[in-house]
Amino acid sequence: MEALFSLVVGVLTASGIYLLLRGRTFPVIVGLALLGYAVNLFLFSTGGLHTHAAAVIGESISPADPLPQALVLTAIVIGFAMTAFVVILAIRARSELGSDHVDGQQGEAGDAK
Amino acid sequence: MALLWIPLLTLLGALVPVFTSRYGRRACTLATLIAPLLALGLVLLHGPAVMDGEIARFSLTWMPLLGLDLALRIDGLTMLFALLILGIGSLILYYAGHYLGADEDDGRFLSYMMLFMTAMIGIAMADNLLLLWLFWELTSITSFLLIGFWGHRSDARRGARMALAVTGAGGLALLAGLLLIGQTVGSFDMSEVLAAGDLIRASDHYSLILALVLFGAFTKSAQFPFHFWLPHAMAAPTPVSAFLHSATMVKAGVFLMARFTPALGDSQLWAVSLSLVGLATMLYAAWFALLERDLKGILAFSTISHLGLITLLLGLGSPLAIVAAVFHILNHATFKAALFMSVGIIDHETGTRDIDRLGALWSMMPLTGTMTILAGAAMAGFPPFNGFLSKEMLFEQSLVNDVLGALSALIPLLVMLAATLSVAYSLRLIWSLFFAAPKLTREQKAQPPLKAHDPVRGMLAPGLFLAAMSLAVGLFPMILAAPLVNAASLAVQGDTTPLIALSLWHGLNLPLAMSLIAVAAGILVLRQQKRLAEIAALFPARDAGRIFEAAVLRVVKAALWLTQRLENGSLQRYQALLLLCALAMVAVGLANLDALTGPLGLQPVDGMLVLGAALMVFGAIGSALSHRWRLVSLLMLSVVGLTVSLTFVRFSAPDLALTQLSVEVVSMILFILALFFLPQRPPLLVSSKRILRDLLLAVSLGLVVAMLNYALLTRETISIADYFLREALPGGGGTNVVNVILVDFRGFDTLGEITVLTLAGLATFKLLNRMKLFMPAGNVEGVRWSRHRHPMILAVVAQILLPLALLVSVYIFLRGHNQPGGGFIAGLIPAVALILQYMARGYDWTRERLPVSYPVVAVSGLAIAVATGMASWLFGYPFLTSAFGHFYIPLIGEIELASAMLFDLGVYLAVVGATLMILINLGRVTTIHRPTLEER
Repeated sequence: MEALFSLVVGVLTASGIYLLLRGRTFPVIVGLALLGYAVNLFLFSTGGLHTHAAAVIGESISPADPLPQALVLTAIVIGFAMTAFVVILAIRARSELGSDHVDGQQGEAGDAK
Repeated sequence: MALLWIPLLTLLGALVPVFTSRYGRRACTLATLIAPLLALGLVLLHGPAVMDGEIARFSLTWMPLLGLDLALRIDGLTMLFALLILGIGSLILYYAGHYLGADEDDGRFLSYMMLFMTAMIGIAMADNLLLLWLFWELTSITSFLLIGFWGHRSDARRGARMALAVTGAGGLALLAGLLLIGQTVGSFDMSEVLAAGDLIRASDHYSLILALVLFGAFTKSAQFPFHFWLPHAMAAPTPVSAFLHSATMVKAGVFLMARFTPALGDSQLWAVSLSLVGLATMLYAAWFALLERDLKGILAFSTISHLGLITLLLGLGSPLAIVAAVFHILNHATFKAALFMSVGIIDHETGTRDIDRLGALWSMMPLTGTMTILAGAAMAGFPPFNGFLSKEMLFEQSLVNDVLGALSALIPLLVMLAATLSVAYSLRLIWSLFFAAPKLTREQKAQPPLKAHDPVRGMLAPGLFLAAMSLAVGLFPMILAAPLVNAASLAVQGDTTPLIALSLWHGLNLPLAMSLIAVAAGILVLRQQKRLAEIAALFPARDAGRIFEAAVLRVVKAALWLTQRLENGSLQRYQALLLLCALAMVAVGLANLDALTGPLGLQPVDGMLVLGAALMVFGAIGSALSHRWRLVSLLMLSVVGLTVSLTFVRFSAPDLALTQLSVEVVSMILFILALFFLPQRPPLLVSSKRILRDLLLAVSLGLVVAMLNYALLTRETISIADYFLREALPGGGGTNVVNVILVDFRGFDTLGEITVLTLAGLATFKLLNRMKLFMPAGNVEGVRWSRHRHPMILAVVAQILLPLALLVSVYIFLRGHNQPGGGFIAGLIPAVALILQYMARGYDWTRERLPVSYPVVAVSGLAIAVATGMASWLFGYPFLTSAFGHFYIPLIGEIELASAMLFDLGVYLAVVGATLMILINLGRVTTIHRPTLEER
């Protein structure tokens, strides 16, 4: 199970990074979201993978580590805020620069760098 | 306390010219003179005690942890330097008042001079190593300002920059050296350090300390091979040269060596380095002084040569040599300041400093001539001037030393050679300026001959006084100089100071013969000046300043090259570099691991897990591959997101699953809205090489992250979970530990979190303000969007859903402290329901019925959270301490209420407000603009 979990995290990371390195804003944002999932899962897994062990007192005999869960919960919400900000930044950049390239250049010149 | 007033007075004096310059030059100069003269008086008050060998001290704790105290002292050496700095300084200030042009900013100039004076007196008085260094650096900075005073001239800027770079580098080395000394001795107190000479000499770092300190001293005192900045610094106004480059700043290096003689001296290394560097400097600079054409250049090289002489004397290190060094510091300052002043006068009156252009000035400027001849004779070392006395002492000491072993016999010969050159250049200066006819080129002959006359008395008086002093000291050394020199030597070498007898006539002895030979040879050399120039022309001199400038340029070029490689303006490049660094670091970490699989056993895999994993892998890779088909890519992304939330369900994190689910919904709406404003099918123009690079980088990073995660999962980790699980109920009053952590244990984090969320929401306002949009009226195939913007079924469903959603939201919120739920999750539910409402009915319709300002909601949420936190102050607890209690509410029964719940309410409102703020703002933009069909 641990191997499978790590594999998924690895695939998410790789896909996210590949998208992050694209030259257009939209794939970069999608890449950030994917990378966000990978990071959240990674952080979450530092508490160990437990089944039927919600960190609610009285519900389970040996509850899972609640601290990574709390950290990841806020990370999800913050991640949303940041994604929203980047999305709107991308829209604004396109309207200002006339291009959705991350360096604000249209066409071949922008992609060649 | 009186000691503190000395630097304080000069520091305050720096303000005087700024405020008095509007009352005219004369008033300004005279007012500026008050402070240094008062300070001089204060120093002289300590005179009698210091002459008796006492040391006046003052100390104030400043930064005890660093060992930096505001500690000042006056001993003999300080007294000597203070007289030079304040005495000659005052004369030069007076001279400067006449020297500056009528339209020049005298307030600024005199103020800089006073600042420099403060820094310099600080060096002389410092009784703490770090304080000494602080003032040392201040002299570098103020001298930069002074050399570059005529900032409109490129040579002034270059000279100032060079002086700062060289002396600044020396200053840094000095700091390192002083810190090492402090570490060795265990104190930065000057007296303790000076008393710990044996300890320092025995330390392993002695040679390093010596190298660092001497590098500082040699750069400051323009010793070979760091001498090149001084001739370039001659671009400064002449009063600056007279003050900084004859009497004070360049003497700081010599001062440092003299000061540290008890602590660092008395070793073979010290003696050899000082005498060799001193000899080389003395000879090298004297030769160039003879060839130089610029009057100030001659003086600059001569200064370097004389500083080399002092360094040599300190290196010889015998008690009498040190007396001679101290004596020569005094003598050199006197005649060199006078010479600079006279050169300044000549430059001022004739408008040129070219020695060939000038000549036969005696009849026009007899007083200036007298002054130059007196001071020049002292520089040459003619009797009965003060320069003669110290030179005789040098000759005498050079004969009896043994610092270079068998080679020591060379020292008197080389010293005599330097003395010869010194006679030659001094005589050349006097002869060419006042008696010989100018050597004019043909063009210059065509111009009218130079006319000049002696300047006003105010400009002459300071220089004449100093020139007369060099004569007087030469004639009556025992009265005028001996007590001071004796006290200064006492400070340098303690009780070994010999009882000195300075006198003009020592009888017929070897030093006198050497003097006579030097004078005769000097005259001879001067007569062969033409041949000399021919010899010099055979060895084209490479100006070390040029080499330095070229080196600086090369460094700048290299820096530019590197910057352009790293920073070419491409985000992709930056990211690739950053990721590469991350890859390297993680790889190194993994390489240090013994085995990938840790001791913890693996858990079994079941079908659901495989299905989930397959879904995520499919979604992730699909999303990456289809990134140009943006809607598809987005749908793939949502597959991943939803499976992630299922993963949280499976692995016992219900709160996370709920949060992820609702965030997923909101994010997807956001992405689809964004897609509306971004190109839907971008062109593909990327080379396959680039794709390969990115793939390699992505796959390798994915691999190391997977390995890292696997390694982590199979190992036991140290957890602090027990504390939270134990304390959640008794300490936080809730059974849902995750929620208790969020609103109670780590409430401060959460407060930061919602602040960021709110700020992101507010930022979108600014970003969307007055935006010109590209809005397609259809998809890329040219199919128009549906005309039905607000479909009926959706509208009805949304309307029914809203109250239900609100109900669920309140339920989730209230149970949050004890069961999965809480402010974050509960806040996202009404946000989703309201967004649905906006989508179904449009912005205007909803706005009419729900006139709520979302920024106000978000900010009031933040305010509630902060107020809850601050409420605990009222009860004397730290910020965000929570309290809870059981209450009885009619109809509902007994309920447990925690103050953390109020905090959670703040979180709830902030989440609702911020989320809606972002989405509604973006959505609203679509209603303002009229869509157009996108170009394909």
